[in-house]
Amino acid sequence: MFDFSIVTAWIDHFLRTYLDEGWALLVEFVLVGLVILTVYAVLALLLIYIERKICAFFQCRIGPNRVGPWGVFQSVADMVKILLKEIIKIDRADPLLFRIASFLVIIASICTFGAIPFDPALHAVNFNMGVFYLLAVSSLGVIGILLAGWSSNNKYTMIGAMRSGAQLISYELSCGLSLMSIVVLAGSMQLSEIVNQQAEMWFIFKGHIPACIAFLIYLIAGHAETNRGPFDLPEAESELTAGYHTEYSGIQFGFFYLAEYLNMFIIAAIASTMFLGGWMPLHIVGWEAFNGVMDMIPPVVWFFGKTFFCVFLALWIRWSFPRLRIDQLLSLEWKVLMPLALINILFMALCVM
Amino acid sequence: MVNFIIFCCLAVMIVVMSILAVTAKKILRAATYLLFVLIGTAGLYLLLNYHFLAAVQVSVYAGGIVVLFIFAIFLTSNKGEMVETHNIRRIIYGVLTSVAGIALAGFVLLKHRFLYSGNATVEGDTEINMKMIGTALMGTEKYQYLLPFEVLSVLLLACIIGGILIARKK
Repeated sequence: MFDFSIVTAWIDHFLRTYLDEGWALLVEFVLVGLVILTVYAVLALLLIYIERKICAFFQCRIGPNRVGPWGVFQSVADMVKILLKEIIKIDRADPLLFRIASFLVIIASICTFGAIPFDPALHAVNFNMGVFYLLAVSSLGVIGILLAGWSSNNKYTMIGAMRSGAQLISYELSCGLSLMSIVVLAGSMQLSEIVNQQAEMWFIFKGHIPACIAFLIYLIAGHAETNRGPFDLPEAESELTAGYHTEYSGIQFGFFYLAEYLNMFIIAAIASTMFLGGWMPLHIVGWEAFNGVMDMIPPVVWFFGKTFFCVFLALWIRWSFPRLRIDQLLSLEWKVLMPLALINILFMALCVM
Repeated sequence: MVNFIIFCCLAVMIVVMSILAVTAKKILRAATYLLFVLIGTAGLYLLLNYHFLAAVQVSVYAGGIVVLFIFAIFLTSNKGEMVETHNIRRIIYGVLTSVAGIALAGFVLLKHRFLYSGNATVEGDTEINMKMIGTALMGTEKYQYLLPFEVLSVLLLACIIGGILIARKK
């Protein structure tokens, strides 16, 4: 079974033979930061391509097919285009807040991205309260959206920002509560510990019905957190042109676009880490040969396989359901999902006892 | 040494952003500067290896209270409205209050004998376990805080009922 601890240990050893401990650590920090940013950008390109292709298949089209074989370089070409575009100055907008907003959204997204365990060794931020860190940092993004809507000096962006604020704050609750029921099951908030506990059996099987309910609630609430699919009221294009990022152009719009796609990936990654075992292979107690075969597959492949399965679920929902109204959206959260999540925690506690 | 540099960066950020938050002419900008002050404070907690408090700081203050402030500003103030300038008397009162605050905080800081100040060898910078915080918060024994915790929840309940009462207005 190949994992990245060989690579990281080799780099660590290599740096320590030539540098003092402090400088070696500094170089490693910079390297980790660069790798995270690169993976972030590359995954965004990949996700944009996947989304366009899958969307096309759902609508009986072919999708991007001109740039490269099967159009695989389409999103690279789009990236070059968006990097070269002019950033338009908005009349009577608040320029400082207008800039800060796009950065806040993408910084919140990158901070969350850093805490995802891709592999036993590829895990940048591994705090004792990992789940809490994820929830805390991802809650910063909503401020960026609110500031973007306010500072663009436009009615539509303002309405989009207000809707988005209401939506994100409400759905954060059931997101957090459904993750809490897994924390109850695991007895730990540390992400590496949670993944290690799923060595024998993934939590979605181990936790019986409460874990399945929590998984469903998390998928719905997480999907609403990303402002996509049937929950894309903040940027409902038929009513608000593009919602809170109507006035953005060039790479500033690119930041919102990147953050949107990567938030979808992050939600899927957290779902797969908490419920589907993260990088842990599928093990069944007693089937030694089967477990051995499953161990042959590298953890990174397991992680990305599960995550892209969840991403596919998100895309499936997005392109299958019509958009909700804002009152339907909020009553779904406050009258259905949150009470269900609260009762679910109680059931989970009973199951664990 | 590294800790000292990081502390200096955070301290400069907090001080500059606090001054900007007080002197900003647009109220939403003031709220944004306040957000950076709160994030800087979370950075200080991270520096002290108190990760739990840092996450609480970010999620409660930055993610919760600043969002509430921004919502309140959205709902109450007009766009482009400037904060009115204060007259001399209010400025003098403000300066007096802040000097008194600094004096009080400084007095407490200098007078207080910190637990590890005389004994630098004690490892104060190990990460505090979530389990420890949880049992301390929910325990009923000595140095455990179940009663204050529950009393606080009564306070929050009173706030919620008050909010509903004001919002109904019949």
